[in-house]
Amino acid sequence: MTDVATRMTRAEAPPAGARLLTGAGAVVEAMRQIDPDVVPVYPITPQTPMIESFSKLVADGRAGAEVINVESEHSAMSAAIGAALAGARTMTATSSQGLALMTEVVYVAASQRAPIVVALGNRALSGPINIHCDHSDSMLVRDSGVVQLFAQSAQEVYDLMVLAPRVAEHPEVLVPVFVCQDGFTVTHSAEPVVSLADERVRAFVGDYRIPHPLLDVAHPTSQGTFAMPDHYFELKFGEVHAMRAALRVIPEVAAELSRVTGRAITMVEPYALDDADRALVVLGSTAGTIKDVVDELRAEGERVGLLRICSFRPFPREAVRAALGGIESVVVLDRSLSPGGTPALYADISRVLSATPASVQGCVFGLGGRELDPDGVREAFDRARHPAPGELGYIGLRE
Amino acid sequence: MSLPRATELPTGGTVVSAEALRNRTGGWRTAGRPRVDFDRCVNCKLCWVYCPDSAVLVEDGVFRGFDYDVCKGCEICVEMCPVDAIDMVLEGDD
Repeated sequence: MTDVATRMTRAEAPPAGARLLTGAGAVVEAMRQIDPDVVPVYPITPQTPMIESFSKLVADGRAGAEVINVESEHSAMSAAIGAALAGARTMTATSSQGLALMTEVVYVAASQRAPIVVALGNRALSGPINIHCDHSDSMLVRDSGVVQLFAQSAQEVYDLMVLAPRVAEHPEVLVPVFVCQDGFTVTHSAEPVVSLADERVRAFVGDYRIPHPLLDVAHPTSQGTFAMPDHYFELKFGEVHAMRAALRVIPEVAAELSRVTGRAITMVEPYALDDADRALVVLGSTAGTIKDVVDELRAEGERVGLLRICSFRPFPREAVRAALGGIESVVVLDRSLSPGGTPALYADISRVLSATPASVQGCVFGLGGRELDPDGVREAFDRARHPAPGELGYIGLRE
Repeated sequence: MSLPRATELPTGGTVVSAEALRNRTGGWRTAGRPRVDFDRCVNCKLCWVYCPDSAVLVEDGVFRGFDYDVCKGCEICVEMCPVDAIDMVLEGDD
């Protein structure tokens, strides 16, 4: 075990031009710079500081969006679909129960190919009621047809928010993009964040263009039409095409943004994987703790590594297989539960690695905001010493 | 009519005007079709105004009858006609 003081000395100096921003603050800064047209939103912890601060910017005349204070998240997403299809760049933000209430309409947004950007502060779903982080809200919309990008830090939240409109509005993608960050751990923790100049962000995102804006009355269209059994399947399959396109578009747009920021944005982030024989896989901020423990274990001579998944939907199968296919033993850490079934990330990784020699087992951790501390990470790496393909366990649980 | 493949469908199922003309919704009629008695018709074109499917044919400002390829048989023309010049007949009857 390394004590806290030793860890602190390893902290890097903040990059030049950095300001202290929370993850929520990073969302607001990116939104101010992108200057969306319409923001229909309903407050919910831990998303609240995003929308409080953004509404203040609008009230103070520092952002031009029409903020619509709707009566529920169901209405927020409904209004967002209308606005986005009408021809307005549209963003919203939510968490947990808010996303649950929104879910019915999230499917419609994806189906109608509305390029809405959603900032999600990941929080456990009730019940029992809880306000802290896990990924059960994201997993609720796993199959809805939306892109889900998971940030590790406030800096990455900012970068992904700037990236998101370009991905969502790409003519071959046209689905909502969720920028996910761990509730409180990222939304409420201040970190050094470097932002771009306003005009660089505006130039990068460009004007909002969709193929058939509803308010283009010279070219009238019907949207949100009924689909009978003879068309539903094909229209649904359009969302598969959108995801295939996103798999190609995200790295392209990310490379373009990286040239401006000098910071990498990757579909997956391998950490110390090259000669590793054991590896963990995880989404979100937990990767930060794991990287520290990987450094410690490496110093002790152990060949361990990490694969952080940034793009959860679309799931970058080839990149994951390339990164993990040669690893002897993989433990997938899921921060959500599938009672009686297989947690989402574990299921995805297992499928991708099924034709490789890698042994894959799963572990659920961190539900309802429970910390995964360095000892817990070491426990996960210990489990990887004993390859147990198909096994599912729990870390940090009084079983 | 062969059905379109997934890649041939408009993104998000959006229907642009020109595509709507391709759909032969006349096959939806189940309760007969409208018939006009031109001896009674005063060419007010209220049927043209109300028809939700643009199935009322007007040439040079004159009502000429119905496009049965798109008329769904909703009967609103019968309902709106101020001189009772339109009635419904069973398919095949004239």
